[in-house]
Amino acid sequence: MDFQELIESVKKGDANTVATLVQQGLDENVDPQSILDDGLLKAMNEIGVKFKNNEVFVPEVLIAARALNAGTAVLKENKVGDNSNSAGKVIIATVSGDLHDIGKNLVKMMMESVGFEVIDLGVDVTADKIVEAVKSSNADIVALSALLTTTMAYQRTVVEALKEAGVRDKVKVMIGGAPTTQAFCDDIGADGYTADAPSAADKARELLA
Amino acid sequence: MANMQELYDARLKRVADAVQLIEPDRVPIVPVFQAFPVYYAREKTNVQYTIKDLLEDWNKTADVYDVFYEHFKPDLGWDPILFFPTPYMESSGITWFRWPGKHFDDTMTMYQYIEGDYMKADEYVEATRDLTKFMMNKWIPRSFANLQGMAKIDFRNAMWFGHMGEFAAFSDPEVIETFETLVKTGKVLLDWFTFLGGYQARMKEKFGIPPLYASFAYAPFDMIGDSMRGTTEILMDMYDRPDELLAMLDVVTDNAIADTIAGSQGKAVPYVYWWLHKGVDDFMSNKQFEKFYWPSLRKHILGVIDAGFTPVIYVEGAYNNRLEYLKEIPPKKAVFNFEYTDMATAKKVLGGHSCIAGNVKAFTLSYGSKEDTVNEVKRLIDTCAPGGGYILDTGTMVDDAKVENIEAMFETVETYGRR
Repeated sequence: MDFQELIESVKKGDANTVATLVQQGLDENVDPQSILDDGLLKAMNEIGVKFKNNEVFVPEVLIAARALNAGTAVLKENKVGDNSNSAGKVIIATVSGDLHDIGKNLVKMMMESVGFEVIDLGVDVTADKIVEAVKSSNADIVALSALLTTTMAYQRTVVEALKEAGVRDKVKVMIGGAPTTQAFCDDIGADGYTADAPSAADKARELLA
Repeated sequence: MANMQELYDARLKRVADAVQLIEPDRVPIVPVFQAFPVYYAREKTNVQYTIKDLLEDWNKTADVYDVFYEHFKPDLGWDPILFFPTPYMESSGITWFRWPGKHFDDTMTMYQYIEGDYMKADEYVEATRDLTKFMMNKWIPRSFANLQGMAKIDFRNAMWFGHMGEFAAFSDPEVIETFETLVKTGKVLLDWFTFLGGYQARMKEKFGIPPLYASFAYAPFDMIGDSMRGTTEILMDMYDRPDELLAMLDVVTDNAIADTIAGSQGKAVPYVYWWLHKGVDDFMSNKQFEKFYWPSLRKHILGVIDAGFTPVIYVEGAYNNRLEYLKEIPPKKAVFNFEYTDMATAKKVLGGHSCIAGNVKAFTLSYGSKEDTVNEVKRLIDTCAPGGGYILDTGTMVDDAKVENIEAMFETVETYGRR
């Protein structure tokens, strides 16, 4: 298997070729972890850098992530490539009262693309459910999305609930969504805010560094 | 008591002057209020309706808006059109909204929109070849739970005696039920539109405030992206099926021009509001914008300008990289209204060419102090007003903002925004 070809295929978003190359690699007994780290995730990292430099945009990241998923699906079918080398575990949710998930899904995808394992609790998620998920999952990060000025206040509710449950110190809390700001993040005692999805993946790595 | 007709005319002129880049007597203020009037009435008066109450009974929106307009005097005002009636939602069984009373326990939440792929990726060709049939047989049944019988209607083979088979479909119980539902739903909408027209007349007579819109429009790319394909789906379609997407955009654009012009006739103001979504800086490159988003939107805008209307192009998100394209629209023919675009940059690029509007931040109004609000409004006026061509607006629809901040916004425009 040609690693450079695999990397280029992910970057071009060529899902079929990626799946074929990963299968070929497995057939040739290439270390699955290496296929993941030195092929698939390396490609996504390169896409991430290009995104940051405004050389590519969301559509390119989307098709690259889809190609990456085609590759990891082959690894999973063959029951190889577990998450032992995962960059960390993230619980993600759109907060209670808010059903908007475009931003959340983009952040989820960006985080998975750089090697995070993401537990997606969906939309309209209460603080109780988030606390429960933190307790049962040993997650490193809780990422909260809200699109509305009326629901962003609930991000504070979640931070408070984590404190009350005694698990606030176990996780970093990230927030995002159109009306949110760094000032709001500081005010509610969250750990990280970013204005867009790809920087959220960077911020997550930074928070765990 | 002030003469309402004079106030009405003065407000209309103030906005029209801004569009023509003439410096008005003061900066016009035309904020986008969604649920804020409900919050205001609850806080300041004994009109204690919830958002749910207003959605369920449009007569209550009139009570709340009366309270609001007694106190706040924008230069163009919203009628309560943003309170989409629950009776309409219930009657049609619309699948892409969630609303209080049905899906939310909280009575102080607005309806919310759920994106989905109501057209599948492999249906572009079919939809483009015969859009009416596709909308009727597939998109409407997917979008409206109570209109499933539309899937069984087809008139394409009515010639010769084909009509017999096609008309016989109307004896199908599901089709009958669907058409009965459509008649009922149509009556709900007619009653609501009549109410809105009546409220616009009331705004004029009682408050001297002109309505803000003649009609609403969407970018052709968003018409497909927002309510047919979904955001991530259409962004990937640019790679997976670019020619199919472009072909469908052509069809949708021509229909949109005709529909927008028809819907704007005979109204009190010439302003047609576009709500732009997926062409923002974050979602695509300039190259993609040039190929997939802008040509159809430009054609739509120019078509509506040619028919004598004034587009107000509201850009959600940010267009910091797109401002130059907007100059392809003829000068003084449109207003460009921004949510997060940097207004200093917008003024620099579009100043002397077109009127710009924006963008007091939702965050400031909901979470900032009165002083924050005053400072932000002053900064916007300092940046955008010199030389004319500026309308002060909120960046986003206002819901639960602090009353004192909204008051501060109006007061600052009234004092600091005067020439």
